Amino acid sequence: MPFPPFQMIAGVPLTWYLTLSVVLFALGVAGFLFRRNIITVFMSIELMLNAVNLSFIAFSYKLKQNDGHIFSFFVMVVAAAEAAVGLAIILTVFKNRQTLEIDEVSSLKD
Amino acid sequence: MPYLILSLIKLLIVVLILMHTLAYLQWVERKVIAHVQLRVGPRRVGPHGLLQPLADVIKLVTKEGLVPSHVNTIFYFLAPFVAVLFALIPMCLIPFGGDINVFGIHTTLQVTDVSIGILLVLGLSGMGVYGVALAGWSSNNKYSLLGGLRSSAQMISYELPMALAIAAPLLILNTLSFRQIVDGQAGFYFGFIPKWTIFQGPFPQIVSFLLFMVAGFAETNRIPFDLPEAENELVAGFHTEYSSMTFAAFFMAEYANMITVSCIATLLFLGGWHPLWPEQYGSSLVAPLIFGASGLVCFSHAIRPARPFDRITLPVFGVLFLGIAGLFLIPAGQQILMPLFWFGAKTGTILFVFIWVRATLPRFRYDQLMNFAWTFMFPLALVNLFVTGLLVALS
Amino acid sequence: MDAVLFLIFAAIAVVCAVNLVVQTHPIASALSLIGVMGSLAGIYLQLGGEFIAAAQLVVYAGAIMVLFVFVIMLLNEGKERKAKRRLWVTFAGLPLLLVFVALIHNLILHVLPPSDSVQFGAFTGGTAGAIGMKLFTAYLLPFEVTSVLILIAIVGAIVLARKEVD
Repeated sequence: MPFPPFQMIAGVPLTWYLTLSVVLFALGVAGFLFRRNIITVFMSIELMLNAVNLSFIAFSYKLKQNDGHIFSFFVMVVAAAEAAVGLAIILTVFKNRQTLEIDEVSSLKD
Repeated sequence: MPYLILSLIKLLIVVLILMHTLAYLQWVERKVIAHVQLRVGPRRVGPHGLLQPLADVIKLVTKEGLVPSHVNTIFYFLAPFVAVLFALIPMCLIPFGGDINVFGIHTTLQVTDVSIGILLVLGLSGMGVYGVALAGWSSNNKYSLLGGLRSSAQMISYELPMALAIAAPLLILNTLSFRQIVDGQAGFYFGFIPKWTIFQGPFPQIVSFLLFMVAGFAETNRIPFDLPEAENELVAGFHTEYSSMTFAAFFMAEYANMITVSCIATLLFLGGWHPLWPEQYGSSLVAPLIFGASGLVCFSHAIRPARPFDRITLPVFGVLFLGIAGLFLIPAGQQILMPLFWFGAKTGTILFVFIWVRATLPRFRYDQLMNFAWTFMFPLALVNLFVTGLLVALS
Repeated sequence: MDAVLFLIFAAIAVVCAVNLVVQTHPIASALSLIGVMGSLAGIYLQLGGEFIAAAQLVVYAGAIMVLFVFVIMLLNEGKERKAKRRLWVTFAGLPLLLVFVALIHNLILHVLPPSDSVQFGAFTGGTAGAIGMKLFTAYLLPFEVTSVLILIAIVGAIVLARKEVD
């Protein structure tokens, strides 16, 4: 990959978009594993989904087809449905346990 | 001329005109409401109160910017910024006129034309919810939180009928770009009925227009839907804790939203900058006639003035109006000014309806408001979209 | 010029994503996620995906994140307490993440066949018309299935979140 980006290239290499997607995905994984608040964990999942969307669109550019856009659209739709139900579950958990930390919702453990 | 410099010049002109329109829209509102209520309105600061917006700006800027100690400082200052940002961005996408040719530069009266214009404007007006919600929450005050959440819930509830009402004429016009939407409404039926969307076959979009207007009232938190920010209801709702410039920012965002909704209604339903009847029957003379008549009326009232200072101010206004009428008669000016006049007239009429409704109607209770959105407007918008789609598919 | 625009949006996206993971208050994380989505919408525009960029703004940043922000404001729990982690977890977490990123970056560089660079405006198949055509002809079944999925989600959310009438 031509690096550092001081060459006067006429476009942006596709690998940069994929690298951005990987970095965002890794940050999503980090948030998912290291945070204790349920809502922040959920938001990290959304970040991972966004990173995957970026991958889809980048590859759809490479192959010059718009199927990637359609997959990305479906990912968005599924994320919307998941967010709605997930947040309803979070509200119910809060109503019953009065806490939003995933370490405390562990009555099925042991 | 390079595209960037041209865009910057257009942006500068749009910003200047928009800021002045925001300030003077407030003047127009106060005068119109005053005359509806049989009083005069602002008349002391400048002739006929025309410098009142300047006085208001000076007051708001020099007032003490009180920041209560119990607020969440970062979000408290982020909220008006976000509200104003998403209220002003749609103005970049709205076309004010057709192609013009000025000093050899061929350009359009629009800052930028994207092929998904209306979808972007819908998305940006949906993001305006954040300003209100953040303002209510960061104030750490239960009235503000309640007002903020109610206002955001109202805005998202009415986004649905608004989006469906926008989708119906788009089925007929078959495009998402603003320029092509207006181009699809050019021309006349039988030589004199304009091909605006509310008159266009196969299904005149009158229901969509009314739905869009009502949803526009609710989106911009105007009466009859302004319970979340009414002063005698909820201690001014989400902007209770804001003072001086930050309060002015919310005010400005509300008026900018109003102007955006009126511009979109004009572009989608009322034919944009196309005239009311064809040019060959003299519709280009409407503008100079109106301004000329206003000038003559000013002069005739100046002969026997009602107030002593009117002996000076009314003739000045008369000369001004006659000058503008003269501008419309020059062919060079006519090319730029006529589309702007028609666009301005239609948008101005819709803004006048906004102000007129504010002066006339009482406000809805919150549960009546939400009931209205979900049990009446949403099914009606769905049925309207279905009927439009059916008729378009059958023709 | 293209590279500068991409770098600006990418930098905003990465900074907001790091902010999402690092901030203790959920509202700050939510606003950072909105920042990520906005900059990603800009990047989709560069890749020719205009409809997806608009859908990102309307659906993701304008509806899903509003839901998140509402829930956070309603529950009003405040900042997160510091986690009691074992020592090796604190020290091994970040390096393992970097190893993961480096592995996949290596894969991207060497396993992927070489492709031309991205020019803005080179891909014109991402307009609403083109996507609509494909969505309603080749992908009609997934489209209908996702509408049923959304209906199920609506019913599920209402059942889970309503007040119990005793």
